[in-house]
Amino acid sequence: MELVMATGIGALVAAGVWLLLRERTFPVVLGLALLSYAANLFIFAGGRLSATSPPLVLGEVAAGATPADPLPQALVLTAIVISFGTTAYLVALSLRLVGESGTDEVDDRGDQA
Amino acid sequence: MMHLPLLPVLVPLAAAILQLALHRAGIAGQRTIGLGSAGLSVLLALALLWTTGDGAVRVVALGNWPAPFGILVVADRLAATMVAVTAAVALPALLAATGGADRLGRHFHPFFQLQLAGVNGAFLTGDLFNLFVFFEVMLIASYTLLAHGAGPERARAALHYVVLNLAGSLVFLIALGLLYGTLGTLSIADLAGRVAALPAEHAAPARAAFALLLAVFAFKAALVPLGLWLPHAYGAATAPVAAIFSVLTKVGIYAILRLSTAVFPAADWTAGLLAPWLMPVALGTVVVATLGVLAARRLGAMVANLLLLSTGMLAAAVAEGGPRMLAAMLYYLPHTTLVSAALFLLVGRIADARGEVGDRIVHAPRPERWRWHAAAWLALAIAVTGLPPLSGFLGKVMLLSAAPAGPTGAAMWVTFILSGFAGALAMARAGSVVFWERADQPAAAQTSAVLPGAALGVALCCVPLLVVGAAPLSTHARAVAEQVLARQPYLAAALPGPEAAPRERRP
Repeated sequence: MELVMATGIGALVAAGVWLLLRERTFPVVLGLALLSYAANLFIFAGGRLSATSPPLVLGEVAAGATPADPLPQALVLTAIVISFGTTAYLVALSLRLVGESGTDEVDDRGDQA
Repeated sequence: MMHLPLLPVLVPLAAAILQLALHRAGIAGQRTIGLGSAGLSVLLALALLWTTGDGAVRVVALGNWPAPFGILVVADRLAATMVAVTAAVALPALLAATGGADRLGRHFHPFFQLQLAGVNGAFLTGDLFNLFVFFEVMLIASYTLLAHGAGPERARAALHYVVLNLAGSLVFLIALGLLYGTLGTLSIADLAGRVAALPAEHAAPARAAFALLLAVFAFKAALVPLGLWLPHAYGAATAPVAAIFSVLTKVGIYAILRLSTAVFPAADWTAGLLAPWLMPVALGTVVVATLGVLAARRLGAMVANLLLLSTGMLAAAVAEGGPRMLAAMLYYLPHTTLVSAALFLLVGRIADARGEVGDRIVHAPRPERWRWHAAAWLALAIAVTGLPPLSGFLGKVMLLSAAPAGPTGAAMWVTFILSGFAGALAMARAGSVVFWERADQPAAAQTSAVLPGAALGVALCCVPLLVVGAAPLSTHARAVAEQVLARQPYLAAALPGPEAAPRERRP
């Protein structure tokens, strides 16, 4: 499972960085979204991968069993919410840029003030 | 007041919610709420300075969860000082915004308050994940504030800023995941103990995590080579927004200082993380920013580069460390933040008065009240470039007299003095083009509002105050530096009883 997880995160990061370096805003937004998936999976993996450990529910964890670490789950939840919000804002900002300058290129080639 | 350290976060947050709820009440209501909250923040910052002044570290455990599991808000002298600087910048910036800049787009005021909440939270939080959360609060507010106002240029600058900062935040997240995975905690005080317990041969992932964290903080502080976005973004922002942004780079400096003093001395394997590269990078920032100041063709870009320059000087002081250097840096930090903010406000005034020409450094008809602008520009130029008799000079003298003997100290002397000289040259040239050289046709009459002028007055007042109050301020700065370097007060307050909670050893 570790290998699948590691290659998955690696592939997401590679694709995300490649898209981030594109010259139009839409691929850049997608790239950031992929990178945020990779970061979230990475944090989640920081809590150790285990298919058998029960969730931490008070009174329901059997004696002797080690429950899954709840903190990375909470961190991931926070990170997902934040990246969702920022991605939505980025989309809105890109749309405004298209509306105002008529192009969705990230860099303005014309005016170099 | 048990919960005093929490209030600088809660008050702006409550004000923002109130403003959103009452946004139909019109701009006057929004302004009243905003100014009330900013004024209250000043009072809270003073109260915080007073309660931490005796060396006590105030801790609030949210929900009364015990450390290291709960979320802590920790106010020591350093945090209180930073909160006070933020409040001192926020009030004039908001006053200036009420002159009309807040009507360029919707919801300026709630975002301004959220910005304050985020910055204060970043200064006061006691663990790294909440540092991330408050960074995000601060950044989301800054994204919208930067894009505030019309124009494709501003939208494009905002887009660059947002994309860069989102990428930075993701690196931050990855560093946090790595840190939690290896050390099992994100509380700053707890990290110090964990770092000490981690044997050096297993330290590689934690070292990588700290390196990533420092890179993110260096990016937020806009150090070279990660800081080339700053002049572009800050130059495009409206004046009040740029003024409050002059605090944002200090959050990065603060985070580097906090991490390097509270956590890194705990173990030997952290030794090489900061020392070899921070000083060259800081001095490089000063050099690049100086070139930027000389090359600037707009007053806004010039001031943004001056801000970058001062950030480089602060980072150099953090890199050098030591009680005298940090004390000098903590005197220089409020000075440079306030003066940069005042300069941004002044440039906004000048650009408004000149009409179409804006803040471009070209000949143009002189507006009616150019003498006041020119006098303010002169005073702030003296302060920001470190000429006597204003506070920049005192700060620079303190920094340079604390510089060590040897090549590092020599490099600091050369870059600081030459950058001040070049800055003075560039500002004198810009001032003479903008204010002195005659253009023939008379200027168009401009209406000038009273409040932005008052804001500029408040900001300008800080400059003589910093000079007159130099002795008590530098005494305070020394006390802050001593407390930060002593480490123990912070660690003991934020983590009472290091053996309180035995935890599993992480595989």
